[in-house]
Amino acid sequence: MSSKGLDLTIAIGGAAGQGIATPGNILARILARRGLHLYAYNAYQSIIRGGHILLMVRTRDQEVLSHGDKIDLLLCLNQDTMDRHLSFLKAGARVLYDGKKVQPGEAPDGVVLCPMPVAELAGESKNKLIQNTISLGMMMSLLGVDFSVLEEALSQLFVRKGPAVVDENVSMARAGFEHAEANFEPFPTPLPDGGKPLAVWTGNSALAMGGAAAGVKFYAAYPMSPSTGVLHWMAANARKLGILVRQVEDEIGVANMVIGAAHTGARAMCATSGGGFALMTEAIGAASMMEIPVVYINVMRAGPSTGVPTKTEQGDLWQALGASQGDFERFIVAPKDTLDAFNTMAEVFNYTDRAQCPGIVISDLLISEGTYTVDPDLIDMKPAIDRGSLLADPSPNGNYLRYAYTDSGISPRVPPGYEGFVHTVATDEHDEDGVIISDEFTHPHKRRKMVEKRARKFEGIAADVPPPELEGPAGAEVTLVGWGSTYGVIREAIEMLADHGVVANQLPIKWIVPFHGDEVSKILTAAKKVIIVENSHSGQFARYMRSETGFAAAGHIRKYDGEPFMPHHVVEGILELVKGDSEIYVPYQEMIV
Amino acid sequence: MTTVLERDGLRGAVLERSPEAAKDYKGKVAPDWCPGCGDFGVLNALQRAVFELGKQPHELLVVSGIGCSSNLPGYINAYGMHTLHGRSLPVATGAKMANHELTVIATGGDGDGYGIGGNHLTHIARRNVDLTYLVMNNQIYGLTTGQISPTSRLDMKTKSTPHGNLEEPINPITSSIMNGATYVARGYSADIKHLTQLIKGGIEHEGFSLIDVFSPCVTFNHDNDFAFFKPRIKKLEDEDHDPGDWKAACEKALAWGDEIWTGLFFESDRPSIDSMEPVLEGPGLARRPLGLSDSQSKGLIEAMM
Repeated sequence: MSSKGLDLTIAIGGAAGQGIATPGNILARILARRGLHLYAYNAYQSIIRGGHILLMVRTRDQEVLSHGDKIDLLLCLNQDTMDRHLSFLKAGARVLYDGKKVQPGEAPDGVVLCPMPVAELAGESKNKLIQNTISLGMMMSLLGVDFSVLEEALSQLFVRKGPAVVDENVSMARAGFEHAEANFEPFPTPLPDGGKPLAVWTGNSALAMGGAAAGVKFYAAYPMSPSTGVLHWMAANARKLGILVRQVEDEIGVANMVIGAAHTGARAMCATSGGGFALMTEAIGAASMMEIPVVYINVMRAGPSTGVPTKTEQGDLWQALGASQGDFERFIVAPKDTLDAFNTMAEVFNYTDRAQCPGIVISDLLISEGTYTVDPDLIDMKPAIDRGSLLADPSPNGNYLRYAYTDSGISPRVPPGYEGFVHTVATDEHDEDGVIISDEFTHPHKRRKMVEKRARKFEGIAADVPPPELEGPAGAEVTLVGWGSTYGVIREAIEMLADHGVVANQLPIKWIVPFHGDEVSKILTAAKKVIIVENSHSGQFARYMRSETGFAAAGHIRKYDGEPFMPHHVVEGILELVKGDSEIYVPYQEMIV
Repeated sequence: MTTVLERDGLRGAVLERSPEAAKDYKGKVAPDWCPGCGDFGVLNALQRAVFELGKQPHELLVVSGIGCSSNLPGYINAYGMHTLHGRSLPVATGAKMANHELTVIATGGDGDGYGIGGNHLTHIARRNVDLTYLVMNNQIYGLTTGQISPTSRLDMKTKSTPHGNLEEPINPITSSIMNGATYVARGYSADIKHLTQLIKGGIEHEGFSLIDVFSPCVTFNHDNDFAFFKPRIKKLEDEDHDPGDWKAACEKALAWGDEIWTGLFFESDRPSIDSMEPVLEGPGLARRPLGLSDSQSKGLIEAMM
């Protein structure tokens, strides 16, 4: 709670199975209803019981761009959490823990230890998770929030479990609140109130909802972290929204099922992560060859192979670029945050419908599994829908050619079921009428014309995709380039760099294909020093950008330990790289989660 | 009415027309199968079946994978999708789900359906999607010039098994019954009349229908040719077989000697997934308006507050 306004991070650490999600959700609701912005990053492991989880809820009175650099209030549900994180806390931070079960160890100067007499306060309660409720009560006291706010939140949460459960939780929370009031000094400034209430969502729910708003009628998936949240949202809302949702036997089935659905004229999509995306790749080329618009989402996790299922990375860029054999048309887009993820779905559906080809949306664990606030008025539930030439001329004239050569390369599309337009689509190369020219009728001139028709079609639509724009002061000393989810942390790092006397700006890249090589080249050749920030070891984006522009950046900040960048990682990297002694900076991840 | 188009370099192609006879279901080009291929009989039976059922070409969607037999959609006057190797069933499922008003027929070979696509066959059977799957089973890989398939007999010598096949063949009839298919039949491509009846039954059946058809490869399979099948083929319809009796069906399906049974082995009235899914009540999804209503949008926002 510095002079720059509210900036507070509450962390809850424990093992899987200790019920961290519930207090996390209650905190998020309380903050969002007061009009405070938040971003919750859950560092977890691929385990259902045990291991270590650290949920960091950062709240500000302005947009939260990353999970930040510090913890102000740490709730330790077990000894492990205390041992891992206490030494990183700064003066003024408060630590909550069960005074009987957890040994605090040596706290840094100025860190306030707040032991909780859990057994004493819990009394007769047999609820194993009651510590969480008591802690929430204590937190409200430390944050200067009226107890009635928590009482209301708990009552809403447990209403379906009956009055006994509500009463127990409220009375335990009250005991915690009163104990803290009597024993511990609250933070100097109480949590502000009275702002416009904000909505809370995750990146996965934004992607799913964006699809629904864009008119998706068919969703298929095979569960895979960290993309499963899209399936869960779709399944929960399917019947209300008239979306058919299927869990399929494997990602090959998923990728082909959405093609079948899309061919009939429905908007169809699916989501997976790298391993599942690998299984989908043959189908993506098939959709392009048959000229069927369909959207594939890859929510990246740390690879290669099974990799680190619950950790983030930007390592699937080249996989997306190489996702299927042959030269073929497809869009590839990487949204920069949750609201952009929502908006991207309608954008990519419109482009793919117009160009009659697949689209690939690249998200990652950071965006997809993060919990964010969003101003509900910014969510456009009725985005513009452009279906291109679908059923543009539905009156049969006896001369319909599905793949007619046209000047634009776009051949009007009529789905099955309409009289007078009967045709076959094929993954084999075919002529204007869909008759395959791969075996008996092989014909080099037709092959060439068809390849050029598809390419022309894509180029025409791709020209409408907006190029990236430089954000921040012109003539900056450093220009930072990132793609997708690094947008927020780079923006925050740029704000912090001002305190170090370094003026920086950012060129965020959203559209990977089409890539605006000329525009990017023009911006970067005019920049003083270009540094690329990305979550991959080999610099996949740096290499791709170089292949498209010929431009080689002067510096690179790369992180590939599974944890996302914290703002100070980027700041320190830039301060190091501007010295000019090195080209690559790999930040050290201090917090072990 | 038949319209013949002049097409540079191609044979005359034929436009969709209102069928007055089974021959009006001929496609835009003639099949490129080897002379004498069993698949001609299957195509012929399928054309007769849809004609006799009064299906209009635009109401039909024929979806195939890859292989000789998977070229079939190009040879029938219907909407068609010639998809990837092994993937006809998921594509067909997606199409049926997104527009359940279509009559969807999947076609392909034994390698396509029982080999590379085997996982999908297992799951479409238990899912019981209302479509008909016609497998032209020649017990060999033909388009790749003769290697064993999942239905090749033990000891069979092919280019990939010069010393004889060591692997037991799959039985598509028993496995599909076990997996939950609700219409399981076997036909013989030389008996077009019988096969036509089986296909009609499959299309009319509400749920997943597997029709495995012995469709001999005259070029690469010299073990299971027409001469092999002719004296052995028997029809269940001539016996007192009850298609409700899955055990008897499996016994008949496993017979592989002097008697090899064809006909309808098994049928059940377990509801199809299409009929169980409330979202599909009404017109096909593909024909509904896109986007969210005001009340849907409001509900979604409220759930986030």
